[in-house]
Amino acid sequence: MLAQVLAVVIFLAMFVLIVTEIWERHIVTLVSGLLTLLLVFGLGMHSMDAIVETINVHSIFTPEFWITTGEASSSHSGINWETIVFIAGMMIMVEGMAHVGFFRWLCMQIAKLVKYKVIPIFLTFMVLSAFLAMFIDSITVILFLAAVTIELSQLLKFNPVPMILAEVFCANLGGSATMCGDPPNIIIGTSLSYSFADFITNTGVMAGVALIFVVVYFYLIFKKELTANANVKIDVTTLPSPSEAIKSKRGFVVSTIIFLCAIVMLVTHASTGLTVAFIGTFIAIVTLIAAGKDALELIKKVDYKTLLFFVGLFVVVGGLEQTGILTQMAQLIGEISGGNLYVMITIIVWVSAIASAFVDNIPFAATMIPVISNLAATQGVSLDVLSWSLAMGTDIGGSATPIGASANVVGIATAAKEGHIIKWGRYCKAMVPATVIVMAISMVIIFMRYL
Amino acid sequence: MEKQLIISVGREYGSGGHEIAQRLAEIYGLPIYDHNLLDEYAKERGLDVRHLKEYDESRRNPLMYRTVRGMNSSPEHNVAQIQFDFLKKKAEEGESFVVVGRCSNYILREYEGLVSVFVLGDLGVKLERIEQIYHLNLKEAADLLEIKDKKRKKYHNSHCPVKWGDSRGYHISVNSSKLGIEGTVQVLKQYIDARRNEA
Repeated sequence: MLAQVLAVVIFLAMFVLIVTEIWERHIVTLVSGLLTLLLVFGLGMHSMDAIVETINVHSIFTPEFWITTGEASSSHSGINWETIVFIAGMMIMVEGMAHVGFFRWLCMQIAKLVKYKVIPIFLTFMVLSAFLAMFIDSITVILFLAAVTIELSQLLKFNPVPMILAEVFCANLGGSATMCGDPPNIIIGTSLSYSFADFITNTGVMAGVALIFVVVYFYLIFKKELTANANVKIDVTTLPSPSEAIKSKRGFVVSTIIFLCAIVMLVTHASTGLTVAFIGTFIAIVTLIAAGKDALELIKKVDYKTLLFFVGLFVVVGGLEQTGILTQMAQLIGEISGGNLYVMITIIVWVSAIASAFVDNIPFAATMIPVISNLAATQGVSLDVLSWSLAMGTDIGGSATPIGASANVVGIATAAKEGHIIKWGRYCKAMVPATVIVMAISMVIIFMRYL
Repeated sequence: MEKQLIISVGREYGSGGHEIAQRLAEIYGLPIYDHNLLDEYAKERGLDVRHLKEYDESRRNPLMYRTVRGMNSSPEHNVAQIQFDFLKKKAEEGESFVVVGRCSNYILREYEGLVSVFVLGDLGVKLERIEQIYHLNLKEAADLLEIKDKKRKKYHNSHCPVKWGDSRGYHISVNSSKLGIEGTVQVLKQYIDARRNEA
C-alpha cells in the first residue's frame, strides 16, 4: 500500500512539475525516477528485483535487442532502451541532414516547383509536413518548414500564420501514421512489439484518410486569408534559389542516401528482423562516419535532455506498473465500459485525446501501455485495436491546443519570434475542429474495420 | 568618433522616470526607445503593432505556454525577446540611445557605454503625480500604481537574475521625489558626464 501511494504521489508531482516548467522536464523526470527507485522499490517494496527490472540495462546486451527472431515478445516494463537508442540515432541523422541544408532545400524546391503560388505552396507544404513527419520528429519538420514559410511570406506578401498552423497539424497527423513518427508510437511499437508495417497499415490508413479531409478543411478556412494580397505582383526571379540552401553538395547527396536507407530499413524491419534500436544505431554510425570532422558537432547537437527525460519517465511509469496501480486503472476502465468494446475504445480514444491536448503525450502514452495490455489480458479484447486507439488519441489530441504537442510550441514560437503572435483563441479556433474531424474519422474507421 | 552612450532607465510607476529619460535624451540628443520600439519593429515588417503591444513588458503565464528545445510559445516571452534583440542590434551597431525599461540594465550590461539608472520615488509624491496626470482619485491612483509596479516587477524578474529595483542591478538609483524631475535630471547628467569623462 505504501509503495502504491508513493508511486502515485511521485507520478502526480512529476506531471505537475513538468507542466509548470519550474525546472527543466528532464531534471523533473530524473529526480522523480530516482525517488521511485529509492522510495517505491526500496522503502515500499524492498525489492531489488523490481529495481533491476525497471532499469532494464541487461536488455541491451541481449541479441533480441538488436535482431528479433520473428516471435512477438510480451510487453516489458521499465526503461525502454530501444526507444531511447532509436531516437538518439534518428536525432544524429536529422542533425546531419540539417547541417548540409537538406530541409531548407526541399522546402524551397517545392515552392519553386509550384511557381511560388501561395495556395499551391500551402497545399504542398501540408502534404510535405505530413510526409516528413512520418520519418522525422515533428519538431525538426516544423522548425524548418515554419522558418521557410515565414521567409516566403515576407517575399510573397502573405500572412504565414494560417500556413504554419496547417503545417503543425499535418506534422502531428503524419507522425501518427508510422511507428517512428511520434514518440508515443515508438514507445507503443517497441513495448508491444509492433512493426513499421503494423503501424502504416493501421494508423497509417487512418492518418491517410484523415489527411484528405484535413487539407480540404484548412483550404476552406484559410483560403481567403492567404489570398488577401493575391494581386500584388512578385518578381520570382528575385527569389532565392533552392540550390543556395545546400551547404555541401557531397554532404547533401550522402545525407539523402542515408535518409532513404533509413526509410527502407524501417519499412522492411519486420522482414529483416532488425530492431529499431539496431536501425537507429546503424544510421547514427553511418551519419557520423560520413560527417567526418563535423561528427563531433553533430554529437553535441543531440538533444540529450529529451533522452534523459525518457529515462526518468520510464522509471516513474515502471513504479506505477510494478506496484499494480496500472492494473487497477485497467480494471476501472473495464468496469466502466462493462466489457463493451465500443465503450472501451471510445474511452481510450477520447481520454487520450483530451489528456494529450493539455499534458505531454509521451508520459501519458507510456502510462497507458501497461493499462491497455492489462485490459486486453483481462477483458479478452484485441490488444491491437486498443493500441491503434491509444496511438491515434495521443498523437492527434495534442494538436488541439498550443501546449498539446512539441510541434505546436515550435510552430507558434517560430512565428512569434518574427512578430506573428498566435493566441490561444486563434490557435484553438482553427485546430480544435480539425482535431475533432480526425478523431471522428479514426473512430469510424476503428469501429468499421475492427469491430 | 563619439563614444557610445546607452542610458537605461528603470523606473517605479509615478516616479517620473519616463519624463527623466525623455529629458536626458533631449540633453544628449539621443533617440529614446520605449513602447515606440515595437512601432518601429512592426513598421519595418508590415505588422499590426497592436498585437505586439498587448504583451509589452508583461510576464508570461507558465501554465498557458510551453518550452521546447529552448523555444517558448508565449507571446509575452517572444515580444520581450524581439525588443531585446532590437536593442542588442542597435547597441552592437554602435548606436547611442536612451531606453526606458525592457530589462535593458541587464541585457545591455556588456556594453561599456551603458549607464543604468533606476528612478524610484516616495509613495505620496508618486500618487499625487498619477492623480494629476490621469485625473484619478487617490484610491484609483493607488490601485493603478500597485498593478503597474507589480507587472513591471514580474516582467523584469522573469527575464533577469537581478531583481527589479535592487540597487545592485543598476549603476545609480535615485529618488526623484527629493529633487523633483529637473533636479534629478541634473544629478544624473553630472553622473553620466563623470562616467563619460572617466572612460
